Formats: sequence, C-alpha cells, structure tokens
Amino acid sequence: MGLKQNLHNLKEKYKGTKMAPAFNAIHTFLYLPNEITHGGTHIKAADDLKRTMNIVIMALVPCLLFGMFNAGYQHNAAINGFTEGMSFFSGDFWNMDNFLIGLKKILPLVIVSYVVGLVIEFIFAVIKGHEVEEGYLVTGMLVPLIVPVDLPLWMLAVAVAFGVVIGKEVFGGTGMNILNPALTIRAFLFFAYPTWMSGDKVWVYDAVERAGSADAISGETVLGSLAQSQPLSYSVSDMFFGFIPGSVGETSTLLILLGALFLIFTKIGSWRIMLSSVIGALAMGYIFNLVVDAGVIGETSKFYGLMSLDFWKHLLIGGFAFGAVYMATDPVTASQTNKGKWIYGFLIGFISIMIRVFNPAYPEGVMLAILLMNVFAPTIDHYVVQGNVKRRLKRLKAKTA
Amino acid sequence: MGLLSKKDAGLIKDPLADNNPITIQVLGICSALAITAELKAAVVMAISVLFVLGAGNVVISLMRNIIPSKIRIIVQLIVVATLVIIVDQVLKAFAYELSKTLGAFIGLIITNCIIMGRFEAFALGNGPWKSFLDGVGNALGYGVILIIVAFFRELLGSGTLFGFPVLGDSVEKTGLYAFGYENNGFMIMPPMALIVVGIIIWVQRSRNKALIED
Repeated sequence: MGLKQNLHNLKEKYKGTKMAPAFNAIHTFLYLPNEITHGGTHIKAADDLKRTMNIVIMALVPCLLFGMFNAGYQHNAAINGFTEGMSFFSGDFWNMDNFLIGLKKILPLVIVSYVVGLVIEFIFAVIKGHEVEEGYLVTGMLVPLIVPVDLPLWMLAVAVAFGVVIGKEVFGGTGMNILNPALTIRAFLFFAYPTWMSGDKVWVYDAVERAGSADAISGETVLGSLAQSQPLSYSVSDMFFGFIPGSVGETSTLLILLGALFLIFTKIGSWRIMLSSVIGALAMGYIFNLVVDAGVIGETSKFYGLMSLDFWKHLLIGGFAFGAVYMATDPVTASQTNKGKWIYGFLIGFISIMIRVFNPAYPEGVMLAILLMNVFAPTIDHYVVQGNVKRRLKRLKAKTA
Repeated sequence: MGLLSKKDAGLIKDPLADNNPITIQVLGICSALAITAELKAAVVMAISVLFVLGAGNVVISLMRNIIPSKIRIIVQLIVVATLVIIVDQVLKAFAYELSKTLGAFIGLIITNCIIMGRFEAFALGNGPWKSFLDGVGNALGYGVILIIVAFFRELLGSGTLFGFPVLGDSVEKTGLYAFGYENNGFMIMPPMALIVVGIIIWVQRSRNKALIED
C-alpha cells in the first residue's frame, strides 16, 4: 500500500473530526484527491491554485540559490576584498565555500518562515473547520528572500505570525487579504526592529557580531550609500548580476528578469503590472534627473545622491525589480481589471522612486509603495468598471436615440 | 443586594464588558491610540475621564429640566470644558511632568465622544444618581481598555511597566535582553495601538457571539 493510499485512509478515518483539514491538506498537496466531481458539466484543469503557487515558487528558486551564493560572497568579499569586473559565471562567486555559508544562514530563515506560517494556517483551518489554504506556500518562500541575511530567527517568527494572523487570517484567509502578506511581514519587521532591517551591518553575514572588534566588516547597500550622497561603489554589471549587498534574494536583477519572463510565459504574473511599474519608476527617475539638470537641487542637498542617479539605474538597485515582479503582481491584492493594472503598476513604480528619494530613512520605497497601492487597488477597479458602465450607457443612448 | 439595586449595578457593569464604549460602541478611539504607549499616561487619562464623566453626568442630569433643548450642546460643552480645565490645572500643579507627556490630550478630553455621548444618551433623561453610576461605569469601561492596551504596548514596546524595567536592561543587556531579545519599536507607534484594540475586539466577540453585528 503506497503513501497515497495511507493518506487516503487517514483522511477517511478522521473525516468529520476537527483534525480532518490537516490530513486533507497533506493529501491534496502531494497527490490528486481520490474524489471525482459528480453531476453535470465540469472542467478538469491542471492549473489550480496549488499548481499556480508552485510555478511562482519555481520562479523564485533561482533567486534563492543566488541569494545563498551571494550571502557567502558578500561575507568573504567584505573580508578579502571585492573582485573587480566579475563576469556572471565567475568562479569567485559560484563556489562551494560561498554556498555553504549562505546555506547555513538562509536555510534556517526558509524553515522558520514555513514552519511558523504553516502551523498558523493549520491552526486556523482546524478552528474554522475549513480546508488548509495554499496561500502560504508562496509567501513562505518570498519572506526569506526579502529580509537581511543576519536577521535573528525569532524576529522572523514573530513577524510571520503577525503577518499571517493580522495580514491575512483576520480578513478570512487566502484570497481575502487586502495587503500582500509577505510585505506585511517585512513592513512589521521594518518598523518593529529597524536596527535589524537597515544600516550597514545586517546585509553581510557576521558583520553585526564583529562590529567594534578589530576585524569589523560592513556592507552598505547601494541605496544606503546613495542616500548619504556617497558615490556609487559598484559597477553597473555588478548591480545587474546582483553581486551587491541587500536582502537575500532581491539583488540579482538578471535572475529576477528571467523569473519575470517565466511568469509571463506561464501567464501567472501580469505583464501589464510589471511593465507599467517599470515605466512609472523610469518616469519618476527621469523627472528627478530633470530637476537636477535644471539646477534646482545642488550637490549640497541631502537628496542629491539619489536624485542625480541616472534614471534607469533605479531599476537595478534595491528591491524594486523583485517587488515589481513577484509582489506587485500578487493576483489577490493587485487590481483585477486590465486598465486598472496599468494605473496600479504605474503608481507603484512612480511612488516607490519618490519614497526612495525623498525619505532616506525608508530606503526601500517599493515595499511601502506596493502596500499603499494594495489599499487603493479596489478603488481603482471600481472606477475602471464604473467608467466602462458609463461609456456603454452612452453608446446605448446614442444607438437608441 | 446591598448598596446598589440590580438595575443600578448594571449601569456600572455593562460598560465594562458587553457594552464597552471602546470595543463595542467604538467611541473614544482617538485618545486610546494616542496615549497608550505608557501605562502611567493611560492610568492618568482613565482617572481624568472618570472624574469628568462622573461629575459631568451629575451636573447635566441636575440641569436637565432647565436646559432648553435648542442650546443643550453648548451647555454640555461648557460643562465638559469647565471640568477638563480643572483636571488640566490639577495635573499641572501636582504632576507637571505627566501633564507635559499627556500634552494636548487632556484638553482634548472635551472632544472625547464618549463624554458627549453619555450626556446626550443618558444624563439628559435620567436622575443624578443613575447618571453618576452610568458615568462612572462608562469611564471605567474606557479606562480598562486603555490600561490593557497600554500594558501590552509598554511591555512589548519599551520592556517596562509603569517605567520599571521588567524584562531586564536593554542597554546593559541583562535579563531577557541577554538572549538577544529586543523591544518591538512598532508597539510604540499609534498604528499598533489600533491593532491591539482590534485584537481585543476580536477576542471579546469570539468569546461572546451575541456581540457580533452584521
């Protein structure tokens, strides 16, 4: 008797009891359920919620692996010095030493994120007596990718518990949430433990431990150093490939781009949102460039560093690319209408660069921009739909008149 | 039954739980968010409101038959303002530091909807003794929530209770801090107060399903 039959038997045994949803979840996660649809017409499609989620996770895996290598690389580079002009397949980056350091630091983050999140999902499913929802599968993978590598695990656990309960379960679970849960978790961490979410220590493994000692190391993110109007210390290719300090999985614009193509190709992510947020970011960046060119902002201004950055470089630094591809496109919290998606995406790009430049205390504007637009998404949809209704009414009147 | 008849006791008891001004009527939220970062401030606020609402209800109730209904709001405002100024002056005289931390919020008791709400809904139609009990009950209901919220916010946000470090010293790294625990900075911010109030409302309504409104 295989595992599937065993699980099915367990399911039958616990049918109707409180714990049933827990067993059902394991069963349907691994296998197609034994039940078949009864009655009239029905469609059998492979792209149910679980498969959708799995595709997003597949798109995230390259970022995760890169993040592991990068964690080790940043650590070693901070001690031994950076390699200039590395190509993407450089052996200085892709080696076992780097990977093991990253694995040691990042695997616990992934495990804590999933264990805490899924335990809460299971508890709520058992209390409410509904099936366990798959919503946490993607969130659980996103969360370790958007936090600094040195974040203490208990903080992550607290934040995940907060994000899943307050961000999602109180609204009724998966599909009902207003805010993106992964970003809710990150925002909670950001406001609750700011010293662990910003600064020049947390992005490099071991830097916090060594602070103040003789072999202290540090690694400011590109955004952080620009906010202090220091010159750009990384080449464009480094930033594009992702050999820079930052949250675990968001540094490599190249891999995020590949992930985006994969999501667009599989029709999971909305290309409208991705494209329009890039346009929005470029527009805002370009406006700032014009302001600098016009001489309104001088080199002494505290905004100069970020404002004078070539507008297209904004796409390479910070978490913008990651947010636009994996977070803004979250089908639950984004706009639903096509026209709405354009507006929603554009404003995300526009606002994230604005926050980034004007408020150096909140270096990661994209997180706040997406959360803000999450709130406005239903409003945007409402007006798009109403506009459509009005146009059709007018057409009808013109026809009948 | 002793001091209070059953009905009178209800006037005090109901606002403490099933008809709580904050969690059920959702009034007075503004001050509940603003001054609950420290327990001390919350307690002083609770006592101030207790005084204003208790005394105010009695005054309004005594005058209820001579107030022309067209100008009753103005009269109520004058009564509240007088009482609030008394509280403010007393605090300034005897607890200057505290009155500075509470700042404008003592003055803003005037705008606390619970107070005008009780004047309008109860004191204008009931005798002084009943109005007094109603005022005290509602102020206590308000104060209880304030203190619960402030307890969690001060404990988790600053690691202290009434200013005493109960979790160890965060600078010297003693107690819990030695294990890497850190204060939750989000707890000190007003948004978290709203979330804590929300959680209290959630817990209360899931314990007593009759309170859930559609």
